[in-house]
Amino acid sequence: MRLKKNIALSDSGFVFNPTTGDSYSLNRVGREILDYLSEGKSLDEITALMTAGYDIDAPGFEKYFFDFISMLRQFELLEETHEN
Amino acid sequence: MKTEITVALSGLNNTDNPGPGVPVIRGIRESESFAPRIIGLAYENLEPAIYMNGVVDKTYQVPYPSEGSDVLIRRILEIHARDPIDVLVPNFDAELYAFMRSEKRLEEAGVHTFLPTMEQFEERHKTNLPDFGKKYGFLVPFSKSITRIDEIDRLKEDFEYPLMVKGKFYDAYLAYNEEQVRMHYNKITAKWGLPVIIQEFIRGTEVNVVALGDGKGNTVGAVPMRKQYITDKGKAWAGITLDDENMLDLTRRLIRETRWRGGMELELVKSGKNELYIIEINPRIPAWVYLAVGAGQNLPEALVKLALGMEVEPFDHYQVGKMFIRYSYDLITDLKEFEKLSTLGEL
Repeated sequence: MRLKKNIALSDSGFVFNPTTGDSYSLNRVGREILDYLSEGKSLDEITALMTAGYDIDAPGFEKYFFDFISMLRQFELLEETHEN
Repeated sequence: MKTEITVALSGLNNTDNPGPGVPVIRGIRESESFAPRIIGLAYENLEPAIYMNGVVDKTYQVPYPSEGSDVLIRRILEIHARDPIDVLVPNFDAELYAFMRSEKRLEEAGVHTFLPTMEQFEERHKTNLPDFGKKYGFLVPFSKSITRIDEIDRLKEDFEYPLMVKGKFYDAYLAYNEEQVRMHYNKITAKWGLPVIIQEFIRGTEVNVVALGDGKGNTVGAVPMRKQYITDKGKAWAGITLDDENMLDLTRRLIRETRWRGGMELELVKSGKNELYIIEINPRIPAWVYLAVGAGQNLPEALVKLALGMEVEPFDHYQVGKMFIRYSYDLITDLKEFEKLSTLGEL
């Protein structure tokens, strides 16, 4: 999965969906995860990066990660890719 | 070198239910082709644009269309005889009928308009929307016109609650039961008369498009918008331009198939399945048109050019993510101004 191509993501973590007109604010961690998704990184790669950078283990991170992803899906910000 | 023209417009009310007059004037004043002189046509003597600096150059009071089409047209021609009008841009649904009917008469007198044809105006009417959807293959909510209060009891045979209760020109209310339908029916008939339109309620996101058709099937411009802040009258108090190819495709197809002539506003609902339902087709430029101007499509200017028979190159771009936010403002004016308009019928 990855962020839809037309979604605007600013340095401040402001996300704008031009199809719906909705906008959202991300904190620093959310922004970092979206950056990894935009770069096309896999779950394993993102988990490795996040557990290395923050005080959290892999199962703990994945729980929050999937919550976050389901929210992004609900807001129609993601598109599925064949690789994932 | 800009061409000097005189444009007369109505819709000068700029309240919490604003008319399109002021934004249309702003667009025309920002024209790169025209140096306009603006004549305001006021139905009421407290319409704010009459007193706003730099908006209208001259105001004339005009009679309501309900006093008779001919009375209104005679007044326009009387104004034209004293103060020649090049282009007339009517901005209310309720007055369009009078101007469309008299288009030729106005044109012969030298007053140019660019209005939908009577057929276009009638077939997109709220009461005719189901047939319109069927004829052109658009999704529209099921609706029915009622003219008697006792018909409300039988609505449950055709509709599920909640449903929309709408006036023939303006006003729309959501009703959850028969009691609420009765209440809204009485309110609407007192203000707008009959019929009252009962419409299936489509769940989803309300989105709008402002567009301009050249009358030959071409879309001169179109900008989609989502209301971000809605007043209790259902009016947009803030909005944002969208990047939605489906909305633009629908607009272009509608204009192509109806050969729409003039400005229009499409009111759409995007359902949970991302289907677009046409809720209303308003046959004139909406009050939020200045967002389109700000996003790169000066549709009021293009409309004036079309009225004058000039060639207009279709817009192929607008900025996505442009926003408008309305505000209210206390304008201070002198009693003398009010007095002049009230007694002489002009200012």
